[in-house]
Amino acid sequence: MKGQGSIPILRVGSTLLATVHVELYDTVAEAFQQDVLLAIERTGAVGLIVDISGLETVDSYVARVLADTGRMARLMGADTVLCGMRPEVAATLIRMGYAMEGVKTALNVDDGLARLGASTGPLGKGRPA
Amino acid sequence: MSREVLSSVVMPIAGEDDVVLVRRRVRDLAQAQGFDAFATAAVTTAASELARNALVHGKGGRATVRELNEDGRAGLSIQFQDQGPGIADLERALAGGYSTARSLGLGLSGARRLVDEFDIDSAPGRGTMASITKWKRLY
Repeated sequence: MKGQGSIPILRVGSTLLATVHVELYDTVAEAFQQDVLLAIERTGAVGLIVDISGLETVDSYVARVLADTGRMARLMGADTVLCGMRPEVAATLIRMGYAMEGVKTALNVDDGLARLGASTGPLGKGRPA
Repeated sequence: MSREVLSSVVMPIAGEDDVVLVRRRVRDLAQAQGFDAFATAAVTTAASELARNALVHGKGGRATVRELNEDGRAGLSIQFQDQGPGIADLERALAGGYSTARSLGLGLSGARRLVDEFDIDSAPGRGTMASITKWKRLY
């Protein structure tokens, strides 16, 4: 569909780094969730950083997709930190009544990596193909 | 107190792209009117919730976006009209935590908390009309 782009997922040691820099269509958010989980399986990553500093608007649906992605990643053994939430986005989510409980957060990617204790060592083996 | 409508645009809500277009237009207008980042995020997010509601629950509809001026104070109002089944239990829907599909059930209650004025009219078989207004903060 027009105007959409996929969200790149990079490897930094044993951590995956995803930067959400596009206007988030619902279908892009859903595809991102699946891409992240498949990337964890493929790489054996034990950490996931999701940088949302580029997101100007996070409504309840996108917030739920992001929070669920973190919970799913954790089930697969990858600790997740949501990084870079803008002040106005944080204020908006709380006023709507959505605190994203159970999701680790950090001010920026550097702090997020520190929070993971980033393990920038070699990647695990992932799952045999 | 006189409320003046400076501009009015009707936008269709028939697909996911339209939700994004409504969101983008509301954000652009809020910024153009000098809303601060918090008010811009609030009204944009509220519009996003209601546009998605109109698409997902209301089987599509339209949004009317209006720039307002009330005695020199800038404002933005967005009215959403859909042709869906309507909401049987409005009170419960507005209380939050009530969801029939694809949302947290925070859509209506969340949107209401983000804006200065909120109106809704719905009944089974009549579709839903929801209207929000946000005013630029006075310092």
